Amino acid sequence: MTDAGGPGAIARLRDLLEGQNTLGNSTRFWYGFLVVVGFIFAYPFLTNPFVLKVNTDYFVWMILALSLAVVWGYTGIFNFGQTAFFGLGAYTFGIVGITLIEVTGGTNVAILAAIVVTMIVSALLGYFMFYGQIRGLYVAILTLAVALTGNLILVRTTNTTIGAAELGGNNGVTGIPSLTLGGGPLSFPLGITAQYYLVALLLVATYLGLRILLNSYYGYVLLAIREDEDRTRMLGYDVRKLKLIAFSLTAGLAGFAGALHAAWGNFIDPTVMGLTAASVPIIWVTVGGRDTLIGPLVAAYALQSISTKLSTVGSGYTNIFLGAVFVLVVLFFPDGLIPAIVARWRERTADGHDIDRSNTTEAEA
Amino acid sequence: MAVVESILRFLVLLLSFFGTLALAGLGLAVIFGIMGIINFAHGEFIMIGAYSTSIAYGAGLPLVGAIVVGGLTTGAFGLVVERLLIRHMYDRLIDTLVATWGLSLILTQAVQIQFGGTFGSIPVPFGTFQYAGFSASMYKIVLGLTALGLFAGTYAVFTQTTYGLQARAAMQNKEMARSLGVDTGRIYMLTFAFGSVLSGIAGGLFAPLTVLTPTMGSEYIVEAFVTVIVGGTNVLIGTFGAALSLGLIQTPASQLFGTLGGRVALLVTTILIIRVLPEGISGVVTSD
Repeated sequence: MTDAGGPGAIARLRDLLEGQNTLGNSTRFWYGFLVVVGFIFAYPFLTNPFVLKVNTDYFVWMILALSLAVVWGYTGIFNFGQTAFFGLGAYTFGIVGITLIEVTGGTNVAILAAIVVTMIVSALLGYFMFYGQIRGLYVAILTLAVALTGNLILVRTTNTTIGAAELGGNNGVTGIPSLTLGGGPLSFPLGITAQYYLVALLLVATYLGLRILLNSYYGYVLLAIREDEDRTRMLGYDVRKLKLIAFSLTAGLAGFAGALHAAWGNFIDPTVMGLTAASVPIIWVTVGGRDTLIGPLVAAYALQSISTKLSTVGSGYTNIFLGAVFVLVVLFFPDGLIPAIVARWRERTADGHDIDRSNTTEAEA
Repeated sequence: MAVVESILRFLVLLLSFFGTLALAGLGLAVIFGIMGIINFAHGEFIMIGAYSTSIAYGAGLPLVGAIVVGGLTTGAFGLVVERLLIRHMYDRLIDTLVATWGLSLILTQAVQIQFGGTFGSIPVPFGTFQYAGFSASMYKIVLGLTALGLFAGTYAVFTQTTYGLQARAAMQNKEMARSLGVDTGRIYMLTFAFGSVLSGIAGGLFAPLTVLTPTMGSEYIVEAFVTVIVGGTNVLIGTFGAALSLGLIQTPASQLFGTLGGRVALLVTTILIIRVLPEGISGVVTSD
């Protein structure tokens, strides 16, 4: 990922990417990272289009996991309705995409619309929550109530059309266009492999971008808000505004992921805003470790793969499995599995230093 | 005549919405008010109440007896959940929320596997209430009155029993209560069980009005959440006031825009109210 020339450029880049707010600051980590990214990009040569298609969606879910990790894990805003924004993005993409299906570059507009609409809606909701200064648990149940009410509205949209799109109630929106890059004579629709590469690239870019954000000054302020809101306010920060911005930006990211999901499946239905759907990202982030980025990524991929396998076997036990993993991790590894593994691994290696998991993520220098 | 009819229609609808909001929210509010935690499996507790009521009713018990069975079954289940799960997380509020959410997933799926998609329904009792050209299901009126009765019962529990006194002490100042010899762990256990009983009774009361499905809990959870948000931490006055004021919004909204409009109005009202009253109605009555 670093074609930036000499060692000086790499050092500067690492300086931006690394810090005590994210796991993985050693040279060894970056070698591992390059190996994984290399494997992801070599994967199309090793497997069939079906597996690629499935993996593309996993990558989309991983972007959603990242958005929740930042807003919940790092900023301490209990946004339990992140799927409302994911679903809103997906529906917006579907509606705009279908309406502009004849227009070249229509899907680019649709992606943009998905991000803008989710950011506006989340900013409105965020304004009332954060400027009303409601407390943590209220945010959790209010955001979930928003998602569930969204589901209720979407279920009742049989025979409703917006633009050229038929919302279709429980049956969902069908015929959503796939992504087309560029516009005019330079536009080209993306095949399965190209979509895979695009989404993989977006995922890597999102991960690295969020690492830069979290290790920047703004990232430290977000963590300060999570650790002690009152003290942060007394230090002169406008906590309400900062929370609103974080909430709205991560909602926009979730809406973006939703748009990618709708483009991926050419379909979206109201279950994305249901109670089960809302719990799934929460499970990834909790199981992976909510104050890391890498944890939710790994957990999202692993749990989605296992869920898919379980449901293809035809057992009805997927949710029981997810629920049980969820409850057990919360009981025994409240900080998540990846931080627990990292802590254990550091204890074993001779140069391990004391890890105080109750505080912020300890960095390996 | 027409005026009397439309007033009656409004009042009956209000009573029924008030009843649904209050019943859906009360169990959650008791647990939230005393213990400060939100039970995300609350909807599934209502579902368990409805299912066990239906089983008891199918076994030949009269409806009232069946609802009592539903409440007690849910209470016993709540007790087990408290001992196995909640007890370990008294000081980790967000973890309780997350863990009970996991529980909700497990319960929904387990009921789906055990009982399938739908379950034996209960016919609506009491017939209809008739006045001139206006008629309404008598049961919906009973639902609202029962909610009032449950408020009175909860009030009695919190004011007349030793448990109630100690629970209020634990809510106001946990450390002080402990140093005065109150076993707060036991109080929390009983509170969770009490809240579960109330949720179970609510489920039993809802059973004749709805289709029993494993996901029926999510039908009531939004109502429960908005009632608790608008009500705040004051279990009785807060929840009562919230159910009444939200009912006053939902009634005209659903008359004008239909059922969906009524429910959207609930959410919009709640979002607007928190901007002015972040602590809900409790913040008004207990201002210091």
